[in-house]
Amino acid sequence: MTERLFTWTIWLSAALVAAALMWVIGDLFSLGAAHLSLDFLLSAPRDAGRSGGIGPILVATVLIIGVTLTVALPLGLMAAVWLAEFTVRGDALGNAIRLSLDVMAGVPSIVYGLFGNAFFSIYLGMGFSILSGGLTLACMVLPVFIRTSEMGLAAVSDAWRQGASALGMTRSAAIWHILLPAASPAIGAGIMLGIGRATAETAALIFTSGYVDRMPESLLDSGRSLSVHIYDLSMNVTGGDTAAHASALVLIALIIVFNLLAQWFTDRWLHRRQLA
Amino acid sequence: MILSKDSSLYHWNIDKALAPLLLLAGLACVAILLLIVLFLSREAWPVLANGGWRAFVADNGWYPLEGLFGLLPMLAASLAVMLGAIVLAGPVGLGCAIFLQFYAPQAVRKSFRLLLSLLAGMPSVVLGLWGLTVLVPLIAQWQPPGASLLAAILVLALMIVPTMALAGAAALSSVPADLISGAAALGMGARSRILYVAVPAARRGMLSGALLSMARALGETMVLLMVAGNVVQYPHGLLEPVRALTANIALEMAYATDLHRAGLFASGLLLTLLVLVLAWLAARSLRHD
Repeated sequence: MTERLFTWTIWLSAALVAAALMWVIGDLFSLGAAHLSLDFLLSAPRDAGRSGGIGPILVATVLIIGVTLTVALPLGLMAAVWLAEFTVRGDALGNAIRLSLDVMAGVPSIVYGLFGNAFFSIYLGMGFSILSGGLTLACMVLPVFIRTSEMGLAAVSDAWRQGASALGMTRSAAIWHILLPAASPAIGAGIMLGIGRATAETAALIFTSGYVDRMPESLLDSGRSLSVHIYDLSMNVTGGDTAAHASALVLIALIIVFNLLAQWFTDRWLHRRQLA
Repeated sequence: MILSKDSSLYHWNIDKALAPLLLLAGLACVAILLLIVLFLSREAWPVLANGGWRAFVADNGWYPLEGLFGLLPMLAASLAVMLGAIVLAGPVGLGCAIFLQFYAPQAVRKSFRLLLSLLAGMPSVVLGLWGLTVLVPLIAQWQPPGASLLAAILVLALMIVPTMALAGAAALSSVPADLISGAAALGMGARSRILYVAVPAARRGMLSGALLSMARALGETMVLLMVAGNVVQYPHGLLEPVRALTANIALEMAYATDLHRAGLFASGLLLTLLVLVLAWLAARSLRHD
């Protein structure tokens, strides 16, 4: 009897979580799907976003993510390679860098917003801009990207490094042609985690990239990200709920598309070099 | 790491330049952290200097425009939401972890994992939107005003359940199989094997998952901002509106100046400190395994 009760409880808790997710997604679709159209994706918002579309907001979102990746990917990959390939166990400098990354990973996103506002927007004079928002997000996603990539590199068998060394390859060549491609699944996963975080982020952007929903003309213009748009529509605009739900569907789709793109890109880029 | 002599095949050795260049990237990360600490403290300094932080505890209420900075009610609200969410999500997450590890048929396991990662990747502003437009009106029908501690706890619990479940499943999967088959050989049923052998053996990993979930709940802004009601008061009942520390920063940063702004940065520092303590405890509980 108790066995059966226990089995039921376990299945019930799993069903509960599944049902809750279905409830959320079902509501998003039923409240927002009818509002979706090509016109909604392309046109500018009118009447504070109640009608019209999200064209400029999509552009701003893509630009913010673009800035984030342009900074975080090279910097993060280099740091990950240094941590995995150039430190020995117990290296004080390596540990200091790892500790810094762990601390950064724990800082709440709203605090990144405070930092970005004080440093990028005010101290460096970027104001409320796409650049300032993108750089803030870059600081935020660096730790998760670096630690995932580092773990991937560390998991590559030492035989590969020895083999490369025995063939007379330089360390740089071994890293570029052998180790990075071998670690590509982990690097790809790190990129996806980073993109997912950056696209979903709202709190860090409100006070760095701002609210302006016009089409951005340069990286120094303020741009409203899709997540900030959803927040603004639902909290500050009465009658904006339908547009907010439609935007939420687009945001989720965007995260999925970004993930697929990152997957495709890392597969192609790293796989081809592995074959060459 | 493999230590090899510099290759003699090349005149110009790129390797010599590589290590310092990569190290520079690593040091840049440390520099970013230092900048974060420096700028948060710099902005918070007007309040922290001369013992001004005592106002956080001593002042009666949060009226920054009148110079009253008592943030205890909001700290209490943040902690109440965090505890409520973990009390709710903990058992359900444990159930899901056991389900993944011991009960789910192969096909179901894969799709349930996918479902959990979908939920984990759900943007918090979207969960907040759902809470605001679906859950809050539901609660308001029963007991107005709807936007309340309860709404925040429910949405946050949904948000942290995947973390709990996935961390729990990972901890359970690292329990040695002979431990469980040994228990079976002693005639223990599935329930006892799981509850009295597998779960205790995996307790450190689970504790770490729970602490990380709590850190996430404490640092969450959007959900709390959108569904908790934003009234500054001690949490008296589940159906009362409250304002969390994170939501307060998001609400007031737009117009805060001088001391008020410094107060918000100081509360950001306090929040970071609390989250870091939780993350440190989580890492510690794993290390002693």
